[in-house]
Amino acid sequence: MEYGLDLEYSFNEFLKGFGLSSEIAHIIWLPLPMLLVLVAAVVGVLVTVWLERKISAAAQQRIGPEYAGALGVLQPIADGLKLLVKEDIIPAKADGILFTAGPILVLVPVILSWLVVPFGQNLLISNVGIGIFLWIALSSIQPIGLLMSGYASNNKYSLLGGLRAAAQSISYEIPLALSVLAIVLMTNSLSTIDIVNQQSGAGILSWNIWRQPVGFIVFWICALAECERLPFDLPEAEEELVAGYQTEYAGMKFALFYLGSYINLILSALLVSILYLGGWGFPIPVELIAKFLNLPINAPFIQVFTASIGIVMTVLKAYLLVFIAILLRWTTPRVRIDQLLDLGWKFLLPISLANLLITAGLKLAFPQFFGG
Amino acid sequence: MSIAITTQIICFTVLSLVILVGALGVVLLESIVYSAFLLGGVFMSVAGLYLLLNASFVAAAQVLVYVGAVNVLIIFAIMLVNKKEDLKPINDIKSRRIISTSICLTLLSLLIRVDLTNVWSLSSPQNSIGEESTIRIGEHLFSDYLLPFEVASVLLLMAMIGAIVLARRDVMSNDISTGLPVDQELIEKSSEPLLTNKN
Repeated sequence: MEYGLDLEYSFNEFLKGFGLSSEIAHIIWLPLPMLLVLVAAVVGVLVTVWLERKISAAAQQRIGPEYAGALGVLQPIADGLKLLVKEDIIPAKADGILFTAGPILVLVPVILSWLVVPFGQNLLISNVGIGIFLWIALSSIQPIGLLMSGYASNNKYSLLGGLRAAAQSISYEIPLALSVLAIVLMTNSLSTIDIVNQQSGAGILSWNIWRQPVGFIVFWICALAECERLPFDLPEAEEELVAGYQTEYAGMKFALFYLGSYINLILSALLVSILYLGGWGFPIPVELIAKFLNLPINAPFIQVFTASIGIVMTVLKAYLLVFIAILLRWTTPRVRIDQLLDLGWKFLLPISLANLLITAGLKLAFPQFFGG
Repeated sequence: MSIAITTQIICFTVLSLVILVGALGVVLLESIVYSAFLLGGVFMSVAGLYLLLNASFVAAAQVLVYVGAVNVLIIFAIMLVNKKEDLKPINDIKSRRIISTSICLTLLSLLIRVDLTNVWSLSSPQNSIGEESTIRIGEHLFSDYLLPFEVASVLLLMAMIGAIVLARRDVMSNDISTGLPVDQELIEKSSEPLLTNKN
């Protein structure tokens, strides 16, 4: 299965052509994919914000942003610029250090998690062995940032919002991790690359969603709860808590929360598509297409075609899920806090445990279908 | 010296400094909230040290368990019971400080002595298992370390049952801390939602 573009190798060879040592070439290479992914994440946020505004407008029979660029596509940039130049206010009775560190602690783990998101066989920053486990570990740091900003704001609504956010995040992490564990059990590996390759056998038919339907639904619900999207946006429920832990924030610090929540949404959608929807895989296997066209799988044309199809498919699947998340936000009511915790602990946790047990049993009973 | 080794030395120095300064801050700072957050920073830096030692699984587990669970719980507890109250001044604070400092310094000198006298068998970087370590840890947990693993889970179960008993006061008729009978009226009972039984 080791085919596909290896940009790093080609780039290093290219630099060595200028007489640089391989170490220097590696150091020049290192920041490039990081910058690329950071830019991709920010552009993804801009697109998602525009989609959110347009889809919410359609759901409420409005027009939505219209004047900033064609169909209002420049509106998110205008929003971002506004937040960038706004005055940075730290409330007089707030705790300055923690107030500043909170939003950073919320944003950084989310961006770090992009390390393991693959867009193709070699198109990811680092194929670390612990792969998906890194994401689970990093996402557990976020509650600390939320608690920190809630506490530092010195405002009862902020503190309540921060506590709620942390409670929600902790309780939904467990079913999330358990449903990922079922996938890992089938793959025999934690690496995101292996997880996608395991699903690439027969195109759409071999995607994990058919083998893990329960896990898919549990994971999606938990991912929405982790992103604090409506129906689970209790930490910032306007009617009860003003804006939760964000109440005292303005300007760029608020923008960090905003950016963090949208990057997290896109990340969750990408991970759902990687874990359950075949990642960069095309619904029809590329090998079949290559055979149909009578081209060898290693031909340069096929390689470029595979890589671009991979990126397009990953982004397409992710944005389909983002669309569903936005539609859910504007059409469903919010749950109460006790309903939220009941759903997490009394429903999703037992179901995901049972799912894990059944997956393990099926793996032993039908090793050819559930990974041997 | 190659670039990789230089990077490693810089990372090691920064991480050790953060661990030392952070740990001192946890102990010496007056504000308990700062101590709790600094503790999180120390845990993170320890995870960074594991990462430097090529133990990425242990590093991620450290972040998940210590930062994501233990530290969040500590902060939770502090924030839920953060009462502003004037603490009573202790009379012999100076002698207490001297005693605790000397105990800590004795322990430290013992550890330094162990470090200097023991012959550490270091595996060369060529022999390190790296990414294989996840599989190795799993194998050990289900073979020669099975009993400690299972005993630890029983311990966690006991702690959980204890927490439930403490939290659900209606299990016991007397309050644990004061010994007075518990007012059963005060215990929250799940009530019927208001809207479901209409029409």
